[in-house]
Amino acid sequence: MTNEPDASNEILLEMRGIRIDGYSDEQWHPIIKGVDLTLRRGEIMGLIGESGAGKSTLGKAAMGYTQPGCKLTGGSIMFDGIDLAKASDREKRKLWGTRIAYVAQSAAASFNPAHRLIDQTVESSTRRGIRPDAESRADAVELFRALQLPDPETIGSRYPHQVSGGQLQRVMTAMAMSPRPDLIIFDEPTTALDVTTQVEVLAAMRNIVEEFNTAAIYITHDLAVVAQMADFIQVLRYGEEVEQAPTRQMLTKPEMPYTKSLWSVRALEKPEVKGEDIVLSIDHVDAAYGPLKVLHDVSISLPRGRTVAVVGESGSGKSTTARVMTGLLPPLTGTIMFNGEPLPPALKDRSKDQLQRIQMIYQMADTAMNPRQTVETIIGRPLEFYLGLTGKAREERVIELLKMIELDGSFLDRLPSELSGGQKQRICIARALAAKPDIIICDEVTSALDQIVQEGILKLLLRLQKEFNITYLFITHDIATVKAISDEIVVMFEGKVVEQGLKSEILSPPFPEYTQLLLSSVPEMDPDWLTNLLAARSA
Amino acid sequence: MSEQPETYTAAAEVGAVRKRRTRLERAGLLLKSAPPSAWFGMIVVTLYILVAIFADVLAPYGEAEIHPAAFAPWSDEFFFGTDQIGRDVLTRLIYGARNTMGIALATTFLSFLIGGGLGLAAAINRSWLDQALSRFVDVLMAIPSLIFALMLLSIFGSTITSLILIIAVLDSTRVFRLTRAVAVNVAVMDYVEAAKLRGEGLSWIMRREILPNIMPPLVAEFGLRFCFVFLTIAALSFLGVGIQPPTADWGSMVRANASLIQFAKYDMTAAITPLLPAAAIALLTVAVNFIVDWFLQKTSGLRDDK
Repeated sequence: MTNEPDASNEILLEMRGIRIDGYSDEQWHPIIKGVDLTLRRGEIMGLIGESGAGKSTLGKAAMGYTQPGCKLTGGSIMFDGIDLAKASDREKRKLWGTRIAYVAQSAAASFNPAHRLIDQTVESSTRRGIRPDAESRADAVELFRALQLPDPETIGSRYPHQVSGGQLQRVMTAMAMSPRPDLIIFDEPTTALDVTTQVEVLAAMRNIVEEFNTAAIYITHDLAVVAQMADFIQVLRYGEEVEQAPTRQMLTKPEMPYTKSLWSVRALEKPEVKGEDIVLSIDHVDAAYGPLKVLHDVSISLPRGRTVAVVGESGSGKSTTARVMTGLLPPLTGTIMFNGEPLPPALKDRSKDQLQRIQMIYQMADTAMNPRQTVETIIGRPLEFYLGLTGKAREERVIELLKMIELDGSFLDRLPSELSGGQKQRICIARALAAKPDIIICDEVTSALDQIVQEGILKLLLRLQKEFNITYLFITHDIATVKAISDEIVVMFEGKVVEQGLKSEILSPPFPEYTQLLLSSVPEMDPDWLTNLLAARSA
Repeated sequence: MSEQPETYTAAAEVGAVRKRRTRLERAGLLLKSAPPSAWFGMIVVTLYILVAIFADVLAPYGEAEIHPAAFAPWSDEFFFGTDQIGRDVLTRLIYGARNTMGIALATTFLSFLIGGGLGLAAAINRSWLDQALSRFVDVLMAIPSLIFALMLLSIFGSTITSLILIIAVLDSTRVFRLTRAVAVNVAVMDYVEAAKLRGEGLSWIMRREILPNIMPPLVAEFGLRFCFVFLTIAALSFLGVGIQPPTADWGSMVRANASLIQFAKYDMTAAITPLLPAAAIALLTVAVNFIVDWFLQKTSGLRDDK
């Protein structure tokens, strides 16, 4: 799908001067400030921007739908001759699910767990009388086949919890496709998936949209993904269009400074340095949750002042390794050495000093901070607890730490709910930093953040490492992040270490089979990447 | 959102944040949004509290003062008449507010201290402690609490202390269940894990990390539990094992004057006399429930969209 837009096609959707207001803090704020959008039959458009840019709101507005708490205040939405902005709910309901379909980010939350997949897939086709039930079911099986789902004849009789996340996302695409809509809106459909699964889902979605000549709006914050899917890309920021251009042109010659900054994010790369002085190591560790064994003979060592990145898909034991190091999950066998001395396996046996030296930063900054505590308490508590600072001294140190993470004293009184995602993660970093640790374990700390915010956090972490000679154990599934921050890489798969070594060694051939799969699955900023990859894999 | 910098800075991500309101300002805003039913509840409860505090000033006679005329009719001298041994009913109603409410409040606090504390400990610990406590609570809850309380009171004697202790312990089982259930959800949050990793003790995690986040359901439960304790005390007093004479209390007042109801055909006011303490109990219960309902609606987030 990398054709240049074909102007000869009939215009399917035309949105002019769309304005949408949202209600928060007891007043209306503009969310979308006059955006135009034109989509022809068979075209795929990519809609990208940071969270809060209004891309999902605009995507839903293309269906004539606004979320509760939002209202359309201006503009027209012409869908094939019908003005959705003026259409009644009844008229819109007739279009939704039949001529316009929507694929949501979380397939798991969008399926009814009490019904079989095939019943849900054919529901709209059958109930709206598009075709008889038996035909719809036969057609659904064909769609499952086209989406390369395993056992297309029988997979429909399963329940949503009996298939994997990637399969569920494809079934959802089949459900959207079943009534043969003219337009499909994909709202971050692969964001929740592992890279290795994402490739399959992307390929399946692209093929099927191409096959039925369906127009699509693809909403995402991942540039590399959108490059594979879209014919042209529209960039949104603060509810306004920044730039719009065909995919190739957008990737090679972005015009606006904001778009350029988006593109440059992935260029961040740290020169690797080999470390000699091992600060923490785990040796031949086996660990289990009850009867379920998750780590098999894992040995990892962290050189002082360096970053070791642990990569692997979900369920590979990355986070469990971190739990073993922190003492939350005492290992069955194996030893943990810290500064040359054995570290007690269980948290409760470790001394305050040992606890202070190993700090942790979590993936979800939202849940890592007590929502009822102010920033001052959150950062101040470790100062009080480990270093005995109180009163004025504590407050001064908290402000100092806030400055280190590029915030300031005005944040002291804020609650976590009054911070943005990136600021929350910074506060978590400051909390870890407050303890003056040797090691910080970072568990997917950037994966819930937008690209630009991610870059900011990564730069901050690198700077802090230089200043305080901190060692990071950086758990991630994102290879771009690994390139940006790591000195050494550990590749994990099914609870075992596949490879460990310097970044340059791991990221250059020859690769073990799993590393190869993992590395090749990471989308690149090249519109032909997916096509080439699929060709290479099938060969 | 007025400033939109071209380049990225962390501090500018969330611009103008609402100014932090003081506790007083927030309370004022909260009161302003209260519905009429909540206002009614608050006014009634305030009146009860005032009566309880100023009982000595308001009451025309002494709490246990006996007048020569038993079962005197309503008059200027004895506003609601006198009871079976000649004590002024109005006086005893006023003192009853102090005694019954005081004991109910003390009992509710105690049951929250026991049930809440153990519930939090069980939710954090989740090991044998949780099992042991939960099973013990199951056993206690399996026995009808009024009968159990009657039995215990007849064993230990009906002193005010044993009354408070026994009802508090029996009621704390419900508090334990609720606290444990809501605290378990909070105890698995990352910030609790972060506190454990920091090396914080059980007490800090209970008080500072979990408790503030489960306050709304607990406060609501406190209001309801207070009503139930109140009713239990009144019921026990009615049965004769609750608050003992000469201490005035509403439950035993209903019992002492219950026989007056049959005189309704001769004197309406005489029949109303035993209903007065019952009405006092009912009114307070309704008022507290109105407040709790409003509070629950405020905190559950199930507000109607405007």
